[in-house]
Parts: sequence; structure tokens; C-alpha cells
Amino acid sequence: MKAATTTVPPAQTPAGVRPDGIELVRVSVPQRTAGSELRAIRIVWRRELIRFRSDPIRIVTWLVQPFLFLFVLGEGLSHIASAGTHGVPLKSFIYPGVLCMAVMFTAMFSAASFVWDREFGFLREMMVAPVSRSSIILGKCLGGATVAALQGLIVLAIAGAAHVPYHPLMLLGAFGIQLLLAFTITAMGMAIAVRIKQMQSFMGLTQLIMLPMFFLSGALFPASGLPAWLNVLTRLDPMSYAVDPMRKLVFANLKHVNPIAKSILVPGLNWWSYHIPSGIEVGVVAAIGVVMMSIAVIGFNRAE
Amino acid sequence: MSNGNAQGVAISVRDLAKRFGEVEAVRGVSFEVASGEVFGFLGPNGAGKSTTISMLCTLAKPTSGAATVAGYDIVRDRDNVRRHIGLVFQDQTLDGHLTARHNLQLHAELYGIPRRLVEPRMRQVLQMVGLWERRDGVVRTFSGGMRRRLEIARGLMHSPRVLFLDEPTVGLDPQTRRSIWTYIRELQELEQITIFMTTHYMDEAEWCDRIAIMDHGELVALDRPDALKAGIGTDRITIHSDNEIATIAALKSRFDIDGTIHDGAVTFGVTDGDSFLPILFRDFGLPIRSVSVSRPNLDDVFMSFTGTRIRDVDEHAATITARQAVGALR
Repeated sequence: MKAATTTVPPAQTPAGVRPDGIELVRVSVPQRTAGSELRAIRIVWRRELIRFRSDPIRIVTWLVQPFLFLFVLGEGLSHIASAGTHGVPLKSFIYPGVLCMAVMFTAMFSAASFVWDREFGFLREMMVAPVSRSSIILGKCLGGATVAALQGLIVLAIAGAAHVPYHPLMLLGAFGIQLLLAFTITAMGMAIAVRIKQMQSFMGLTQLIMLPMFFLSGALFPASGLPAWLNVLTRLDPMSYAVDPMRKLVFANLKHVNPIAKSILVPGLNWWSYHIPSGIEVGVVAAIGVVMMSIAVIGFNRAE
Repeated sequence: MSNGNAQGVAISVRDLAKRFGEVEAVRGVSFEVASGEVFGFLGPNGAGKSTTISMLCTLAKPTSGAATVAGYDIVRDRDNVRRHIGLVFQDQTLDGHLTARHNLQLHAELYGIPRRLVEPRMRQVLQMVGLWERRDGVVRTFSGGMRRRLEIARGLMHSPRVLFLDEPTVGLDPQTRRSIWTYIRELQELEQITIFMTTHYMDEAEWCDRIAIMDHGELVALDRPDALKAGIGTDRITIHSDNEIATIAALKSRFDIDGTIHDGAVTFGVTDGDSFLPILFRDFGLPIRSVSVSRPNLDDVFMSFTGTRIRDVDEHAATITARQAVGALR
């Protein structure tokens, strides 16, 4: 019974109550640990989500582009493309590309929030906190990736409109690729964002990078029978390594596709004579993500 | 050594210097700030105040020299310094899209404040700055004064030992400035923390226990405000005449006083202005257009140490920044 009554209040309990009713509370900041870094990563990530939720217009605007490509381009060109698609609807063919594109643009612009944070001063609040800069970058990358993947989820939901059946495993796999691609593109954006002071420069630079990246990825055409120079560029484009496994995944679940059509429309990627399996392709995307994030951390650490 | 237990001394700075390429922003300053002191750091724009504060806050590395804050070395023990300081910057660093509560929660998470203490501590700091009722308001909708108060509350969220305020009242109207100062003094008493703040408003220096004046990267004065004022003679006398040079010469030869010319007038300090005037009229011998006597303020202190009034230096600094801005645009 003795032990129960002698509870000594811990050092960080209320230090008193003022006459005006303000209760005084003292806190102390613990030493940096893995746990405190995790907490920091989590809150930086959550902030991106809170801000995304409070900006519904952004959700709509970033959906316009993939929808345009899928429905306007996919429908409009279907007639002249019909000779080459061997009975596969053009919309189904470009759908994997649109799935990738949906996350790509949002992910890149999620990284723009870093430049905003710098312009509006919030970055300093994070920079003086007793957390490592890597945690801030990681939290930002994860936040951007989550936001972009949520966007991708909406495009995934309209698979039926592209005549792609809803197969649970395919949906899961596609979402996985989207998530990974979103992370890699956000990391790429962050690697740029940490070195750039103005929003305009960031927007200009990323536009310059993204459109070629999108067009070279094979999102809109099969990566076979291309001229040599285009072939090389396609292999250098990180997006290619996400679009190709995505297309393989979608086509595996398409009904009534004859083998000839499949070999033309989904030729796969190769390094010289080596045909790259999906697993390796996905690994390439992940590796690029990790490298980009490290480049971002280095750049952020250098900035005083 | 850096053990974090240095009682009595909150900040200790030795020969601290910072160079940006060719420019020596801070040229070896040394001073100490006692625990619980409200320490004012004054000087015109571009004098090196912000650079000094950045170094003390571990945001910039010194080129040479050393400093400890809350007992920790600012270079070797960066994390520990950060754990014990609070910051309110010149520019806003709140997230305008979030509510006041979210901003403070974010801060608490970044600093790893024990979860069960976050709510009560948040309540206290918001009550102290009078924003508890507005806790769920989105920061974007707050006035300039409210935002500054919220920033101060956030800077206090983790019970820092030293609170750095970089121009906490800049851009605010006189009334809001005064209320911010009332809050700062109250908080200092309540939280028993050391406050290190910069300002270029001379009248605000009067709120400080001690002030240091910085000009061209160097400390030119360091003392209590009243001591500084006493140091330049109790009263300031300003003479308007037709010939300033002759006036200065006459002052020197007849009274052994060194006057300075400013804005077409000659000014100098004397211990008792009221009784000096009759002597001046009797022995001066040159025509005078007008004479005025004023009690010294810190602007006079600044002038006596640097030879310029603070606003002149500001104008000069403004010209330079404008020129730099134009240069950057090209």
C-alpha cells in the first residue's frame, strides 16, 4: 500500500498556476534519437497531407492532364491508330502510360512545396529544429509520394473506361508501381528544389525535364522499331522503367490480345541483347529514387 | 567545457567573425550575456546583427572565433544548442495554410516534446500571448501583430533557455510594437529565460537590461541603456547658425567642446543643458539662429559612437540593397 501513495510527480509536470488561471507547464527537449527522427519524418509527411486536403482545387487540376490524354487523345487517335494496335483499343494501350503520368506530374510539383517553404520562410523553422536534414527530406519525399499516389488511385479507379478489367492483383501491382514512381519523381524534384531559390526557376526547369521524360518513356508509343538515337534516349529515361512493367502488368490482364499484337505493343525494354525483367525495371526505379534523395540531402546539407 | 550547466552565463562570445567572400560581415566580436537578461543588439541594417544571430542559432558557421549558447558550443554541439534555444525570425516562418494549433503541434513534433505535455504547454503559451481563443484560426487570416505573437508562442513551445528575437517588431505599428514588448517582458519573468534580441528602433532599446551597439561588423558600445546615455553627457544641445565650421571652432576654443555637424546643425553633449545655455549666450560671441536642448536618447548614443544617425545608415543600406537587387536582376 505504501508504494501506491508515494507517487513522485515527474520533473516535467505543471510548474504551477498563475493567478490569471494560466497553468504553467515546463517541457524539455530530449536528446536526438532514432525515435525523435521518426517523429519528425512523420510530421513532415503529415503536413503534406494536411495541406493537400485543404487544397481540393489542386486535386482536380492535376487530374485534367491524364484525363485529356486518356479520353481525348485515346479516343481521337483511335481511328488512325487502329491499323497498328491489332484490335487492342488505343485507350487500353496508353492507359498504363497515363497511370504513370498521373503520379509523375503531381510528384514533381509536390517537390515544389519545398521551394514554397523556402520562399515563405517555413523552411527555416524546420532547419533550426534539432532534427537531421535527411529526416526533413525523407518526410518531404514520402509526403509527396503519398499525395501523388492518391492522385494515381483516382486514375486507377477508372480502368473500366479504358476497357481494362478490374483485377485485384493487377490493381495492387499497379498501385505499387505508382507509389514507387511517385517517390522517385518527388526525390528527383527535391534534388532540384534544394538548389533553387525561386518558384519560377523551379517551374521552368521541371517543365523542361518532365515533358521529354514523359514522351520518351514509351507512355504513348511502343518502344520497339525506334531509330537508334531515340532508342538510346528511351533507355536513359527513368520513366521508361516504370511504364514498361506497368504495361506488362496491364496487358497480362487484357482479354483477347493475340500474341502478335502483344509482341509489337509490349516489346519490353532491353539493354543491348539483355531483356530486362519487370523486377529489375522496378529495382532501377527504386535505385534512382534513392540516389536522387541522397543528392537532395547532400544539397540541403551544403546550404547554410 | 560544453556541459550545458553554465549557470549565470547564457551566451558567451569570443572573437566571433564571419566573412562572405570579400565582405567581412562580422569582424571579431566578444561579449557575454547573463542568464535571465534581456539583451538588446542594436545597429543599422547591414551592421552584422543578423549574421551574428544566425551564427549563435547554428544557422551559419563562423569563419573564426567561438561561442557558447546555454553552455554548448555553437559549432561542435549544434544539436544541443538547438534543443535549448527558441527563435523568432525577422521574416515570418509560420505555415499560413495551417491553423495556429497545427503550427504549434508541428513544432512540438519536430522538437520531440513529450506527447502528454504538448496540449497543456500549447495552452499555456497561447494564453500568454492572448491567442488561445484563436487557436483554430488559419494563420493566413491573422494580422501581422497576431502572427508575431504566435511566432513568439511557438518559439517558447519547447521551454528554451534562450529566446532569440530577430527584429521582433519590425513592420508593426507603434501600438502593436508596445504590446509585443509588454509580452516579451512578461514572458521573460514568467519563463525565466534569457532574451537576445536585435532591433534598429532606438526607442525599443530602453526595454533591455543591457544593449550592445554594432556598426560595420564591430561592437562599438556595450552597457546598460542609462549608462550609455550618461556616457555621452546628460543633455544634447543643437545649434543652428549661419556658419557651422566657425561654430565648431568657437565651441572648441571657448568651451573645449567637440561638436559634430549634422543636417546643417551643430550638436554636442553637456552634463546640464539648462545651466549651460546662459554661459553659451554670454561667451559664444557668434550669431546663433536657434538653440535647442534635448535629453539624450539612444539615437544620440548611436550617433556619438558611430558618427551617424541610425536612419542615415539605413538609407545608405537601402541604397546598397537596391543596387544589389538591380544587379541581381541583370
